Amino acid sequence: MRERNVVLLAFIVVLALVALWIDLPIDHPEWTQKLLFWQPEGTRDLELKQGLDLQGGLQVLLEADVPEGEELPDGALEAAKGIIENRVNGLGVTEPLIQIQGQQRVIVELPGIKDPDQAITTLKGTGLLEFVEAGDAFLQEGTIIRTSLGGDDLASSFVITPTAAVTETAVAPSGEVYETIMSGKHLKTAGVSTDEYGRPQINFELTNEGARIFADYTRQNINSFLCITMDKVVISCPSIQSEIPDGQGRITSQQGFSLEYARGLAVQMRYGALPVPLKVLNNRTVGATLGQDSVQKSITAGVVGLSVVLLFMLSYYRLPGLLADLALVIYALLNLAAFKLLPVVLTLPGIAGFLLSTGMAVDANVLIFERMKEELRAGRSLGASIEAGFSRAWTSILDSNLSTLITCAILYYFGGAFGASTVRGFAFTLGIGVLLSMFTAVTVTRTFVRFVFEVAGEKLRQKRWLLGV
Amino acid sequence: MYNLVEKRKWYYLASAILIIPGLIVMIYSTVTTGSPLRLSIDFTGGVIWEMRFPQAVQPAEVRAVFVEKGLTDTAVTTVGDERTVQARLKAIEDATKAQLGDLLAERFGGLEELQFRSVGPTVGREVARTAGIAIAVASLAILLFITWAFRNVPHPVRYGTCAILAMLHDVLLIMGFLAIMGYVAGWEVDALFLTAVLTLIGFAVQDAIVVFDRIRENIPKHRGEPFEVIANRSLLETLHRSMVTQLNAMFVMIAILIFGGATIKQFIAAMLVGLLSGTYSSIFNAVPLLVSWEKGEIGGFFRRLVGRGATA
Repeated sequence: MRERNVVLLAFIVVLALVALWIDLPIDHPEWTQKLLFWQPEGTRDLELKQGLDLQGGLQVLLEADVPEGEELPDGALEAAKGIIENRVNGLGVTEPLIQIQGQQRVIVELPGIKDPDQAITTLKGTGLLEFVEAGDAFLQEGTIIRTSLGGDDLASSFVITPTAAVTETAVAPSGEVYETIMSGKHLKTAGVSTDEYGRPQINFELTNEGARIFADYTRQNINSFLCITMDKVVISCPSIQSEIPDGQGRITSQQGFSLEYARGLAVQMRYGALPVPLKVLNNRTVGATLGQDSVQKSITAGVVGLSVVLLFMLSYYRLPGLLADLALVIYALLNLAAFKLLPVVLTLPGIAGFLLSTGMAVDANVLIFERMKEELRAGRSLGASIEAGFSRAWTSILDSNLSTLITCAILYYFGGAFGASTVRGFAFTLGIGVLLSMFTAVTVTRTFVRFVFEVAGEKLRQKRWLLGV
Repeated sequence: MYNLVEKRKWYYLASAILIIPGLIVMIYSTVTTGSPLRLSIDFTGGVIWEMRFPQAVQPAEVRAVFVEKGLTDTAVTTVGDERTVQARLKAIEDATKAQLGDLLAERFGGLEELQFRSVGPTVGREVARTAGIAIAVASLAILLFITWAFRNVPHPVRYGTCAILAMLHDVLLIMGFLAIMGYVAGWEVDALFLTAVLTLIGFAVQDAIVVFDRIRENIPKHRGEPFEVIANRSLLETLHRSMVTQLNAMFVMIAILIFGGATIKQFIAAMLVGLLSGTYSSIFNAVPLLVSWEKGEIGGFFRRLVGRGATA
């Protein structure tokens, strides 16, 4: 019994130290990444992952825009998800999340994005690129025009039919139809670079056929305008300075593109239309300021709340309280380590769930200590009272924690349907907390109490105030 | 030994007094607005847009900009300081949003978007329906679990049912609290509130289980004692634990309430009310109800009710 307790104590100390090392905000050595085989490849690390509400960012719920009751073609949603992933990667977001939800929906989370409106446009854009002949007329950027390519027959490939944006901002020229010289299918690649003034610009390379058309056209139309349109919206309207024989070109803007806009545009040019039209169902944007603010406040609240609990336990239960406090600190260390290892994406409700689970971790100790006191008062010996405290309290700890775990599981299961990761995050952190607390509040505290009793049992018998009796 | 269970009819009365005002507000709200609680856009669909300006602004001035754009159904309130406002409106197009943003920035010398949330009306309805299902499933699962956990005592179903009744007491109380706060302070119920209710179910049941567990232990120890005495003894024996645990949880919640971010304050306040209610109901409802049931008072009450109805 005695030896077993020492082994257990050593194990707990090692475990706590490992957890502490994982928790430290340092650069962990590279071999740790190899050990984290369950984490998705490419993002294996021991960083604390912050949710959208903490670091700011964009969450959109997209739904296939098909008439009610109509089935989606097999694999269409998967294909759309793939294209969205490509587009998102082009936006340069770290750790995006793209998930299919149910039969018709895709959820996209882009943490840390600066220009959410632009990102949404890129996500759902069709990317129908055209080079149109404008003759002598310079067309203002943002003008919406009609072109000879595609009329109504093209409408099906449109993701979002031009909406309010069109009617309100467009200075649509009176019904004039501009000749389309080339379209996106003549495009080989597109990318972003900077021009001679350091402004972002889009470089593109045409296919062989495209290069031939382009060479012919530019040779014959020097000094006239050739407008580049995306989904019938003019994005740039340069005049042809000279013949372009090699199919290499660039798009610049007089007003200058922002880097995100240029990237979004290049991505749209590269990856064509989505197989199913998508519409934005939900949209949630959190500014970085609000997130930072929340993190700071949560840390303050957590530190203050836990300190009060620690102090209270110490003053109310004395020595056992101190041991429970130690167990509670280990609990917090293990919990944080679990968040990093699994990994758990921390959200504001998630932090609340964690803080609440500490309350339950203490509850187990309270149950045990109250029982211990009762047994002591009933005249049992100290050793017997300690053992009785743990064994008798165990049934209620187990049953009550199981009922909370059931609630967590149900919340987690239904939480997915709420379209928000907040409910799931809360349930998940609370669940982890309950499981860990059963270990720390029972096994860890018991090991500590037994150890102290063995080392200083005689003194305790004399100084019963140490036990809070 | 102090007899706590004896005065059980007074506890039922106290619970009723606590629940009825909220219930009245909920009924009134259902009649006037069609919903017992003030629902947020999570359930109804719409837009919440939180922004911060470089200087202090009047909500009315900000609202005027929305009205100019034809969005007359917009409510604007300040949050936290006078520079931060929150606008609630119906769903808008991306382009309209961009125009509004430009217009607002121009009028008030800049704008920082803190939060923008838009929920489609279909999603809102789904959330509301799923919420109801989740609460029903959780209640049933806990009822089954308790019945199973207490399979060795006589009438295990009664334990589960009493725990669920105490839990419904908490749910009603917290809903009433939110309904009243909806009228008094404009609080809205969002998806996070659901989390509060469901967690509460877990906590309240946890409290009830601790006392039930003591009853389970005391029944074979004190054979021959009437159930009422055993239940009373178990309640008193676990009272200390209930108080200490309650205090600890309150320390954490009050800390979040004072120092935490504004976004989860209502959530924590609802939880705090739920926690108080949960401790009360496990001591003063769950166990007394069990005693009433074991003594046949519940059946008697209904018989009297039916009898009175027949003679009237």
